[in-house]
Amino acid sequence: MNPELLHTLKELLPQIQGYIYPNEIEIHWGLLIVVYPYITGIVAGAFILASLVKVFNVKEVQPLYRLSLLTALAYLLVAPVALVAHLGHPERFYEILLTPNTSSAMAMFGFVYAWYLMAVLLLEIWFVHRTDLIEWAEHETGAMRFIHRALALFSRDTGERAVAFDHKALKVITIVGIPSAFLLHGYVGFIFGSIKANPWWSSVLIPIVFLFSAIVSGVALVILLYMVITPLTGGKINMRCVDKAIDFLFYAVIVDFSLELVDFIHRVYQSEEEILILSEMVMSKLFASLLIIQVLLGMLLPLALISVTKIFKKRFHLSEDLRKMVYFISVILIQFGIFATRWNVVIGGQMFSKSFRGLTTYKVEFGGIEGLLFAILLLALPIVILAVLMKILPPWKEMREEGAAETVEVAGS
Amino acid sequence: MGKLFEKFPDPLARLIVVFLALVAAGAFVFFVLIPKPVKDLKVQWDNAIRQESARPVKYAGFHACAECHDKLYETKKKGYHRDLSCETCHGAAKAHTEDPDTVKPVIPAERAFCPQCHAYNPSRPRGFPQINPVAHNPLKPCASCHNPHDPKPPTTPKECAACHGEIARTKAVSHHVQLECTTCHVTPQRHKVSPRAVKPTKPQDREFCGKCHGKDASAKLSANAPKIDLAEHGEKYVCWQCHYPHSPEVEQ
Amino acid sequence: MNGRRTFLRGFLSFLLTGGAIGGILRISPSKAHAKETPPKGQKWYGFGVSVDKCIGCARCMEACKTENNVPREPFFYRTWVERYITRKNGGTTVKAIEPNQEPAPEAASDKSILRSFFVPKLCNQCANPPCVQVCPVGATFRTDDGVVLVNEKTCIGCRYCIQACPYGARYLHPVTRTADKCTFCYHRISKGLLPACVEVCPTQTRIFGDLNAAASPMSRFLRMNKIHVLKPALNTEPKVYYASLDGEVR
Repeated sequence: MNPELLHTLKELLPQIQGYIYPNEIEIHWGLLIVVYPYITGIVAGAFILASLVKVFNVKEVQPLYRLSLLTALAYLLVAPVALVAHLGHPERFYEILLTPNTSSAMAMFGFVYAWYLMAVLLLEIWFVHRTDLIEWAEHETGAMRFIHRALALFSRDTGERAVAFDHKALKVITIVGIPSAFLLHGYVGFIFGSIKANPWWSSVLIPIVFLFSAIVSGVALVILLYMVITPLTGGKINMRCVDKAIDFLFYAVIVDFSLELVDFIHRVYQSEEEILILSEMVMSKLFASLLIIQVLLGMLLPLALISVTKIFKKRFHLSEDLRKMVYFISVILIQFGIFATRWNVVIGGQMFSKSFRGLTTYKVEFGGIEGLLFAILLLALPIVILAVLMKILPPWKEMREEGAAETVEVAGS
Repeated sequence: MGKLFEKFPDPLARLIVVFLALVAAGAFVFFVLIPKPVKDLKVQWDNAIRQESARPVKYAGFHACAECHDKLYETKKKGYHRDLSCETCHGAAKAHTEDPDTVKPVIPAERAFCPQCHAYNPSRPRGFPQINPVAHNPLKPCASCHNPHDPKPPTTPKECAACHGEIARTKAVSHHVQLECTTCHVTPQRHKVSPRAVKPTKPQDREFCGKCHGKDASAKLSANAPKIDLAEHGEKYVCWQCHYPHSPEVEQ
Repeated sequence: MNGRRTFLRGFLSFLLTGGAIGGILRISPSKAHAKETPPKGQKWYGFGVSVDKCIGCARCMEACKTENNVPREPFFYRTWVERYITRKNGGTTVKAIEPNQEPAPEAASDKSILRSFFVPKLCNQCANPPCVQVCPVGATFRTDDGVVLVNEKTCIGCRYCIQACPYGARYLHPVTRTADKCTFCYHRISKGLLPACVEVCPTQTRIFGDLNAAASPMSRFLRMNKIHVLKPALNTEPKVYYASLDGEVR
């Protein structure tokens, strides 16, 4: 027996509003499951940003290409940790691989995840870095030389045939990768969207909304990382690249916002039996996280900030520093907004009773597996992994010299 | 191996080697290392069904008690509690059947027990015997008047309210509070002894109510009663299809 | 070159579509199975609830917790009883009653009550169970006699089934850390006994039996009453049948 749980539940008992089924008082998917779709969203979003360069040939965002691939990998490695940690029996996780139930959206996790990690992300990263790895190893000694050699699978072939194959393979992988990234996050949306018992989740739009919010969060995070890491590692921020990426982010936020608006209008207009309890929940329990953080601070404010800079950039020659500041604030706001989006979906879907007669409350613990501390740790872990990855596979090694010259040129124009 | 590297570009050949190694390792783990029952759902389900079926029983069941307590069982069989399991009141008794001397089922003697079923509650179905625990012989244990194995009123009740408590309490706060039950129901004395065999009468027609509520009613009690024209009021319906006589509607 | 490419393409599309097709294949036969006439002698258990008879005494909740070692705390129930009070102003309030507590008697003079009643709830043992559909490891499954069970040896405690149950019938057992719910007292019915709640119900509100049996209290119940199930629009095909169910009950 877990006395802490019982204590928490006893405290929640008087906070129930209306009637809930007696088993519903415990919020079963807590902070960890909020973190999980947030992280996979970043993976999908970062990967799609990388694909922009390769498939759509957007030259300007080239400096973000490798960074976004590494970001995707760093976050993808942490995603299953959140999932496994929240299980009642984490040590039985292998069951999902041994006896997967094919009709369960969750059981497909292992396969979608393995496909995405093994067949798409690792392969793309490998092909991108192969020739570099060989070259780096040439000029190195000791452990680093061995690591780079091993990562290149001891290949030393930089011949024409091999390099040509690298390029061809990259193209194929990126093209396969985009639907795969959609699949990865669409599947996360489907886990929620396919629950017919829960009208807050059950919507065909949910996977699509998840996808676009994923793109938003991933692109915003890569921009944020780029703007933070570049000065720290002694580089100069390429504003043409950031401007272009922000452009892309801007449209993604608009699509995301419209989709959620469509979903909202649809629900209110159809006004089915659950509408009363859902609107009560939105106006009370989710007021701060949905209306204030997600919509106002996470979408409308960044949209306003970015559009103002876009409009006045040319007219008033807004200085680069001011633009940087606005972008920086916007991408941070967007991160909070998307985290609130995940919170509203996951926690919101469990705060109202399936009897549509009442609401329960979620109280975030500080310590423990489901607690705040662990969640923050999980959110920080990918940054650590990314730092290690960047040590091993420096994303801007040879771009720095050319990039510096280019930036000067752009700033001058 | 050499042939592989000749046929394919170098990077592809290396990936093929890694891929094959991974597949081989995976296949080895899955097919060789992992025992079959762990990955066979059918086996797992059969085991689960067996485990579920083997759980210990706590409630012995309706007929188990009769084997020893045949006298009580016979008494109960004819009374109003005939459909109750012994364990409804005495609790789970499987342990008692296995070890009758040391494990004794509970005998709920406290006054709070019977009202769990028999206290008045407006959510309970009409006609289910209910009392007001506050007013009904306060502090006396239920068993001092009622035999729980053959429950019935201990003495012939004087008041109708002894059995028809809900109606009496409803009527007590209605405009018909002044009326005796017998004003409308002719009640033979034998109804109090065998209530189901001999039943009181009920009013049959509109004219009965009209004796007080008709526009030219002359009955003694009817001085303040609201008056209607029997010929026009209420169309084809009899009075109690709209008005509940024990708590008639009052115009606001 | 060409052959390799075709193979690769085929392999990729297999990987991508395998899951979806697997899901669909799983759905169709199980649906068909629910309607099929069963083999002779095959039991197909169902449950009846006469709402009109329930007196809200909570003996069933008590017996269930005792029989199945359900934690005593008021957050874990395999079965519970709801009390509905619909007022004349149209509002309906609901409460789950608590065992061993005298239901607070409203004054008979409370004229604001339009109607009021008790409704027992338990796992509906759906013929088309959403909990079984979503369980990632096949730990929850439907037996041949129509009872949905949880294999506590392989349940990983992901709680997806708890989310998928429209009736709130499942909870996470705080000791085993696995999903738990009503089993129709599978250990009792497999020995020919009645489920504990049916055993102790003093008013025959609860009826249990084999739906395939020609004459039984269960089949009589289905023959003599107008029947409703909970949330029929979700197509879960519940096997807990309610007689005289009020529209307010969800």
